[in-house]
Amino acid sequence: MNDTLAGLLQTGALIAALALCYRPLGGYIAHAFTSERDLRVERGIYRLVGIDPRGDQAWRTYAVSVLAFSVAGLGLLYALQRLQAHLPWSLDRPAVAPDLAFNTAVSFVTNTNWQAYAGETTMGHLVQMAGLGVQNFLSAAVGLAVAVALIRGFTRSRTGRLGSFWVDLTRGTIRVLLPLAAAAAVALILLGVVQNLSGGVDATTLAGGHQTIPGGPVASQEAIKELGTNGGGFFNANSAHPFENPNPVSNLFEVFLLLLVPVCLTRTFGVMVGDARQGYAVLAAMAVIWVIMLAAVWAIEAAHPTTAYDVAGSAMEGKETRIGVPGSALFAVSTTGTSTGAVNSFHSSFSPVGGGLLMLNMGLGEVAPGGVGTGLYGILVLAILTVFIAGLMVGRTPELLGKKLTAREIKLVALNILTMPLLVLGLTALALALPGPRASILNDGPHGLSEVLYAYLSGANNNGSAFAGLSADTPFYNVTIGLAMLLGRFVPIVLVLALAGSLARQVPVPQTAGTLPTRGPLFVGMLAVVTFIVAGLTFFPALALGPLAEGL
Amino acid sequence: MSLTSTLRGGLTQLGAAVRVLAVLTVLLGLAYPLALTGFAQLVVPHRADGALVERDGRVVGSALIGQSYAGDAAYFQSRPSAAGDGYDPLSSGASNLSPENPDLVATVRQRIDEVAAFDGVDPDDVAPDAVLASGSGLDPHISPEYADQQVARVAHARDLPADTVRTLVAENTTGRTLGFLGEPRVDVLGLNLALDGLED
Repeated sequence: MNDTLAGLLQTGALIAALALCYRPLGGYIAHAFTSERDLRVERGIYRLVGIDPRGDQAWRTYAVSVLAFSVAGLGLLYALQRLQAHLPWSLDRPAVAPDLAFNTAVSFVTNTNWQAYAGETTMGHLVQMAGLGVQNFLSAAVGLAVAVALIRGFTRSRTGRLGSFWVDLTRGTIRVLLPLAAAAAVALILLGVVQNLSGGVDATTLAGGHQTIPGGPVASQEAIKELGTNGGGFFNANSAHPFENPNPVSNLFEVFLLLLVPVCLTRTFGVMVGDARQGYAVLAAMAVIWVIMLAAVWAIEAAHPTTAYDVAGSAMEGKETRIGVPGSALFAVSTTGTSTGAVNSFHSSFSPVGGGLLMLNMGLGEVAPGGVGTGLYGILVLAILTVFIAGLMVGRTPELLGKKLTAREIKLVALNILTMPLLVLGLTALALALPGPRASILNDGPHGLSEVLYAYLSGANNNGSAFAGLSADTPFYNVTIGLAMLLGRFVPIVLVLALAGSLARQVPVPQTAGTLPTRGPLFVGMLAVVTFIVAGLTFFPALALGPLAEGL
Repeated sequence: MSLTSTLRGGLTQLGAAVRVLAVLTVLLGLAYPLALTGFAQLVVPHRADGALVERDGRVVGSALIGQSYAGDAAYFQSRPSAAGDGYDPLSSGASNLSPENPDLVATVRQRIDEVAAFDGVDPDDVAPDAVLASGSGLDPHISPEYADQQVARVAHARDLPADTVRTLVAENTTGRTLGFLGEPRVDVLGLNLALDGLED
């Protein structure tokens, strides 16, 4: 079988698996967030922590809860890293330096999982499990909660109330993420991913050399790392490491896991608004972008029009033999299209234009299909913008799902869309203007610009993957990328909750002949085009100086 | 809502946040990974411990982790590695060099000449993975083309018929899973162990 056909079959198998899960999982998640009944374990948690499960929060209170919970998470994760030397299962590793501990705490609480450290030598097992692993669950659960709150903005009327963050957080964790992660971890263990508490085994190699084979609870971390679109590898090499991703089946399974929840959430959206076709339309726009990006990146990597790969004969630098070019392109496009940021190949060694497309994929705001929750609220924000632009064209007051989009909603959407590019371009300019941060660049010329631009795109979009040539473990990058992650996460969350509160207060308007139907191919096409245009206009100049200048 | 009441609300919420976090940390950070560790150790202990490979009672590596054969002509060589000084499992990682980086281009050219001379093949026939480093720096596999390229050299160094070596290569070659997943590949450690086994 030739490479192209094998790659197409692999992609087809992935799409078929996602299609099989789409209705059951999407419907199940909708039920989890709308059910009137609490599970016994949930009642136990509410009683233990003293929360009224029937509490219904206005958007400000909901937002304060999100922020308070994230501040608590930051504090705990920072403390665990700083106290590592005194904790059990820490393999005698010292405390993590303050700037690195800050960066890492922000990184995992914001669902970014940018890693300025190397897992195998910095973090002991307890910090991995009770610190990083816990935030892998909880940052995803926060994203899920915010997305559900925005959906309630559309489904509720004449109320400012969006539900209880604490209930949404608990249900997202207990009913959705934990069972899925446990099942995925069992599958990964059976596929050969390691899971132990060993501190490492010494080996004498055949040639008489020495190796320390590392250990750790990898599979349990790997499962939620992909499923929660987190992406922080147990090891430095992330999903390229054979202990995280031992074979082609585990590779495809990991791509499936990182796409699963974001894809199925469009079904949850359709079910909750009572019109499944609305969900299909959003999914279709996501799929259009994903397919275009995959085809482009794959074609470029397979043709490898670059000097080093012309000399060598293939684009395998930074790629694993067992995975190959198609499996690497599939993973790369899926990880930058979600907010995962796990990698099974190293994006810095992609052909410049291929690497540039991965940057553009993040620059789109990660909506193809986006992170857990963040992808759905990201594309709904773009859908509002699309309806608004369409409304301007025909001169009607724009509306979406029976809610009028007034000046207030459009202002919130505009602020939301401006936040990420402002962080990315501002901080990239700052880093390039200062000699210290410039010294961290590995590759000269345009590729050096790409390394810095990629870092802030990855941070502000809460992706976490890297053009890893950049030596980012310096106080400057730890602090500025930390700020990009914090603001890139919580400014949009607050704006989305404000938007949800504003929508929930409205009285629904009846559909008229002037209402733009938001479930047909016309809307899907417009949504995809608006997504490309917004990001294209914003990032084209920077991409032209980086990857395009290098590759063309 | 005024600023002070928002702040007061925030403090109340922070209290709830700390309590929720404590409960969920015990559940997700301890119960979840430890239960799965128990499961793994019970059901597939060998693989869960990293598929360690022993010879004569001593650990010689992991079936999943590649190693360096230090240019020994009698062993099949692995791909170039950017993990530490090469195949250091405590420094997994890639070169991160751009394919337009002049250093990488020069390195690739130099490796092609070295590998061609070492294996006694034409520089135009050198397999790509012989001169390009992997993502993890710990790639346990090489392509069948690179293995084929090394057969004559290994056979000569071990004084074996080339067909014997070729048979062992075939035994340690895996095709695409189900015919379409991943890439065909040769397990280098398994192959070299089998070669050493012939001499016992």
